Amino acid sequence: MDKILLIIQREYLTRVKKKSFLIMTIIGPILMAAMFVVPVWLATRENDQSQIMVVDESLMFINNLPASKSIRFTYQPDVTYEKAQLILSQTKDYDALLYIPKNIIEGGITVKLSYKKNIGALSETYIKDKIEEAIFKWKLLKNNIDPAQIEQAKTGISMLTEKITEDGNKEETNTDANMAVGFGGAFIIYFLIFLYGAQVMRGIIEEKTNRIIEVMISSVKPFQLMMGKIVGIALVGITQFILWIALTIGINLIAQETILKGFNKKLDEYELNKEQVLSKSADVSAISKAQKDPGETIEFLKGLKAIDYKTLILLFLFYFIGGYLLYSAMFAAIGAAVDSEADTQQFMLPITIPLILSFVMAQTVMQNPESPVAFWGSIIPFTSPVIMMVRLPYGVPVMDIILSVVLLIAGFIFTTWIAARIYRTGILMYGKKPTWKELGKWLFYKG
Amino acid sequence: MSLLQVNNVSKRYAGHVALDDVSLTIKEGEIFGLLGPNGAGKTSLIRIINQITGPDTGTVYFNGELLNPKHIEQIGYLPEERGLYKKMEVGEQALYLAQLKGLSRSEARAKLKYWFEKFEIQSWWNKKVEELSKGMAQKVQFIVTVLHQPKLLILDEPFSGFDPINANLLKNEILEMRNKGTTVIFSTHNMGSVEELCDSIALINKSKKILDGPVNEIRDQYRENLYELVFKGNNLSFTNALWSTAELIDKPELKGSYMCAKIKLTTHKLNDVLMSIIPFVEIVSIKELLPGMNDIFIKVVSEKTGLRPEEINANMTE
Repeated sequence: MDKILLIIQREYLTRVKKKSFLIMTIIGPILMAAMFVVPVWLATRENDQSQIMVVDESLMFINNLPASKSIRFTYQPDVTYEKAQLILSQTKDYDALLYIPKNIIEGGITVKLSYKKNIGALSETYIKDKIEEAIFKWKLLKNNIDPAQIEQAKTGISMLTEKITEDGNKEETNTDANMAVGFGGAFIIYFLIFLYGAQVMRGIIEEKTNRIIEVMISSVKPFQLMMGKIVGIALVGITQFILWIALTIGINLIAQETILKGFNKKLDEYELNKEQVLSKSADVSAISKAQKDPGETIEFLKGLKAIDYKTLILLFLFYFIGGYLLYSAMFAAIGAAVDSEADTQQFMLPITIPLILSFVMAQTVMQNPESPVAFWGSIIPFTSPVIMMVRLPYGVPVMDIILSVVLLIAGFIFTTWIAARIYRTGILMYGKKPTWKELGKWLFYKG
Repeated sequence: MSLLQVNNVSKRYAGHVALDDVSLTIKEGEIFGLLGPNGAGKTSLIRIINQITGPDTGTVYFNGELLNPKHIEQIGYLPEERGLYKKMEVGEQALYLAQLKGLSRSEARAKLKYWFEKFEIQSWWNKKVEELSKGMAQKVQFIVTVLHQPKLLILDEPFSGFDPINANLLKNEILEMRNKGTTVIFSTHNMGSVEELCDSIALINKSKKILDGPVNEIRDQYRENLYELVFKGNNLSFTNALWSTAELIDKPELKGSYMCAKIKLTTHKLNDVLMSIIPFVEIVSIKELLPGMNDIFIKVVSEKTGLRPEEINANMTE
């Protein structure tokens, strides 16, 4: 037992002392924080306006397209398209050129946007929408319909989703927020399993190529060496994760004080407004219209706040450790079977397929967390660490979680057992690349 | 008193037999040579003694007890495939390996200090292993093998890859340890390299033990009464004088200002042979030509298999 502790200690310390560990520790939370902060920041920042020159041969849209925060239109009724192209390319006054052909009204006509500086997908959609809107209005007027009437007929609503728990409590949720948190967690688990599983494999290959392995196993049992390495690297992962959480919280706290400060104020205002809306149901459209854009982001942030992070983080740690143990045992077996990293390809495939598959499934599960795919994916040990993370924020029945946890534990005991048998034979084999058949035989060798 | 007793050990891997009913006795305090060509089964046997693998059948006794995990700390093993963690510092690495052999950290540190001073390598302590030359790394490997003062020291192909200076240093250290009571097993395919060190040997070929015993006895058993005789004088009169008492194997050849001949005693004793030639030539020296382990191995294998010696030799160098 002392020996396995020594091995864990060495595996842990040599990795934690590395520069790459420090770098990962610092970069990780910056990325994580960016995941939350950047969308908010993007939503609130004052954009540079793109200057768009409009050549409108139909003459329908002159002074008819409203500017937005990021776009301003300048109309050039007297300039030909060819001339405008020259102006765009030769002067610095415009970022893009919008060309509307004469018979646009007939439909099916292509509007052309030439740009020097990409105005972004959102702005492109905006322009397209505004042109369509203008044509729509024009056609209404032509048929003697008052656009104001149509506008009035449209009713804006906003949806509040809530989950009723078994004890009858209501939890306000936000599907987008659940998706973001679930998918974020799933991605981190997927990424960490690959990252640290591969480290186990590389560590074992290193011991084989350095020829230290036989010295080691004349002092300790192969199983101790393998488990010592797996546990040591798991501790590195947990250390890194805890540091990430701490740093992320730190960064978010700073962000709260600076970037998000304005946002929290808006959140309060929004709550006040919403109450007013709910009390006086009159004039809904006015307020919903006024609040539309920030409302979505705020509901999202509220949804983020509503998630039960204590359970989530605990289960995250469990699924990370369980999934890691399951996969790293298999990575260890591969490392023991081959002589160099170049030989790992053919054996890697059966390991990476379920892992990648679970990540692909995660994107479907995110859309439909109660589907059979989601259920089975979150029960089967090879996919459950990733899929369960996606399901968790939506709330998962306790029985499902228990079943999944028990199966995951059984799963990693099973893979560890298999891996240990391949490992103890593989580490002493040099110079030949084993086949699958040989790996199968190794399972049944007598110690 | 035997330190290690191997009884009827067999080991089979998928498709081939590594050890077939091998029995050995290794006495306490002796240097034992485990000799045989590559692939004979030496390393398989050593791995069983080190408890890296277990035998399919048969038993191993260490110091009178059935081999068990607590014996690991009484064995020092320098495998043929030996190495160190490249990225670790020498001192840290040595401490780690010593602790795995059951030494406490402070004990290990004190003992390492002794050995590092003895080999005058104190300055390497904080170097990374990858900065060491091959010869330097070999010294470190040897130190960590013997640091915990094992009762039994097992060296698999110990001199392969060693430069002559290090090989000599190693030999002297091993002899010193033997004199202090350590039992040593040498395993090698290069039989000539260790025979002068060994007290006893076992020859292994194709998973079977074919011969074992004390080196002196084996040599006596396989001596061929061959002598190298160096003399001064007439070639013809030497041959004539010898004719009645001994067989001339190689005709006398001129070596410097002397003649050198190889003779084989048949019916007469050495004294009689000498007396018959002394009147005709001046004898400079005479020396018995004892068979090397290599020769004995080839002879035994050829007796057992009916192969011609040339064929056996070819097999060994593969």
